[in-house]
Amino acid sequence: MEPLIRIRNLSKRFGQGCSRCRDATGQEQDTNLCPHCGSVMACNDVSFDLFRNEALGVVGESGSGKSTLVRLLHFEWEASEGAVEMHRSAGLENLPEIFATGSDYSFNLLGLSHFQKRQLRNALMGIVYQNPHLGLRMQISSGGNIAERLLGAGWRHIGKMRRRSAELLERTEIPVERMDEPPCNFSGGMQQRVQIAKALSNNPLILFLDEVTTGLDLSVQARVLDLIRNLRSEFNLSMLVVSHDLGVINLLCQRTMVMKSGHVVESGLTDQILQDPQHRYTQLLVASQL
Amino acid sequence: MITVDKLSKTFTLHILNEKRIAACSDISFSVPPGGFLGLSGPSGAGKSTVLKCLYRTYLSTSGAIHYNSAAYGRVDLATLPDRAVIDIRDREMGYVSQFLKVIPRVSALDVIMEPILARNGVSRDAARERAIGLLERLRIPSHLFDAYPATFSGGEQQRINIARAVGWKPRLLLLDEPTASLDRDSVGVVLEILKELREEGTTMIGIFHDTALLASVTDSVYHVC
Ligand SMILES: Nc1ncnc2c1ncn2[C@@H]1O[C@H](COP(=O)(O)OP(=O)(O)OP(=O)(O)O)[C@@H](O)[C@H]1O
Ligand SMILES: Nc1ncnc2c1ncn2[C@@H]1O[C@H](COP(=O)(O)OP(=O)(O)OP(=O)(O)O)[C@@H](O)[C@H]1O
Ligand SMILES: [Mg+2]
Ligand SMILES: [Mg+2]
Ligand SMILES: [Zn+2]
Repeated sequence: MEPLIRIRNLSKRFGQGCSRCRDATGQEQDTNLCPHCGSVMACNDVSFDLFRNEALGVVGESGSGKSTLVRLLHFEWEASEGAVEMHRSAGLENLPEIFATGSDYSFNLLGLSHFQKRQLRNALMGIVYQNPHLGLRMQISSGGNIAERLLGAGWRHIGKMRRRSAELLERTEIPVERMDEPPCNFSGGMQQRVQIAKALSNNPLILFLDEVTTGLDLSVQARVLDLIRNLRSEFNLSMLVVSHDLGVINLLCQRTMVMKSGHVVESGLTDQILQDPQHRYTQLLVASQL
Repeated sequence: MITVDKLSKTFTLHILNEKRIAACSDISFSVPPGGFLGLSGPSGAGKSTVLKCLYRTYLSTSGAIHYNSAAYGRVDLATLPDRAVIDIRDREMGYVSQFLKVIPRVSALDVIMEPILARNGVSRDAARERAIGLLERLRIPSHLFDAYPATFSGGEQQRINIARAVGWKPRLLLLDEPTASLDRDSVGVVLEILKELREEGTTMIGIFHDTALLASVTDSVYHVC
């Protein structure tokens, strides 16, 4: 079984950097801030695989680099270093140039042009942010938000886009008669479900979920989580699930990575991470939540 | 089918002053295909720890767990990559814990049907039929089939737990006190179901605190101390 994407030595530095950034930051130093030059090593030497049809959890304290990791993989931010390679089976027919003949994996996607990255994102990826303001335009209709994304993915027929929007909103339990209302009219849980509908509109292979239930009422959280759980099997999604809530991770993810100060300090089966955490920080995290 | 070689597990609690807990040490046994090995020993001896190491809920500290996988051939479950362990769990290895890990807001029937559907490639109707058959045999009242197990009694939850683990007929089944919270009649039904599963070829390793029961269902016993 081969990974869908391989992520190798991915790093993101904010600031000009110096020769000592790497050694002066990390889990042992308990900081991502380089004391010599003031740069922030938001992600530092992160490597992992994401497989088909799996939900991989990312947990860690505030500032540990979880959202940064998502932004890098979603090509919103430029990585400072590292490689991201996609398996051929992802079906990137419109981007044949990213594969060398005879190789199962693409070239380093981080080296692609902005245009190619956008194409790839539109073809393969969906994202749901903690803050719906980042993922939705609050003033245009919910249907319009989805149509905009479909346009980006190459759809042109207005009627078809409208039907697809209605179908997705229905699937995410938004009453279709409300599709012409803007998300700013909706509750937090509904906004998250519109975001999910939008993220699924291009039939992505990979879905990034960044704290999607944080800040929602418990009962609303439950509905959103149930929806995500059902969608994963229905759409055969690979998901990267960022959450500081171990309960969410336990419910959704088979494997989990633990981040601290920009590094992945531990990864394993989710039940193993929760019941037999190896790293001091993970033990602290588990002890404080269960 | 499975050979455990000098398995040891020590917990190191970094947040409790690097306290070390030796949970089990130097465990060695072998179970042939279709065999049923019982684990005995006093409370705290490390019986559950052994099963959790086999299922990879715990990471072994040393030793090997050689397993002859249908999908992967001979592997060491102590060191096999995470993804392959998940795959083996999904395809061939079941685990019954002492308590049901409830999946919130999923009905009893769905809890049991889910692995059958995902793993046995049968139709919804066939999966439903098998699940209902198990629930009926385990004497779960039919009005509970569509209810959420979170609200069930301890014994009912445990019967759901067993039905979920046996419904999809795993190739290797790990049982941690599956009958502990059941009444005599239910215990009888569970043993009958396990017997049938063995006749279909499932290999089992189980912990039962009732020694008479342990002796009657297993074909050999390993003493953990
Ligand atoms: N544009 C930026 N400039 C400088 N530092 C940044 C910038 N964006 C993020 N950071 C820093 O990078 C680090 C990682 O931030 P990130 O948002 O990835 O954390 P997180 O793990 O998602 O935390 P949270 O759980 O609070 O969302 C933080 O120290 C943050 O302050
Ligand atoms: N996750 C854990 N973290 C720390 N210590 C643990 C953990 N799991 C088990 N132990 C310790 O390991 C030892 C063996 O426990 P285990 O649960 O395997 O015993 P057991 O033989 O199954 O006992 P019982 O018959 O009471 O169920 C105990 O001292 C226990 O406290
Ligand atoms: Mg974040
Ligand atoms: Mg035990
Ligand atoms: Zn520096």
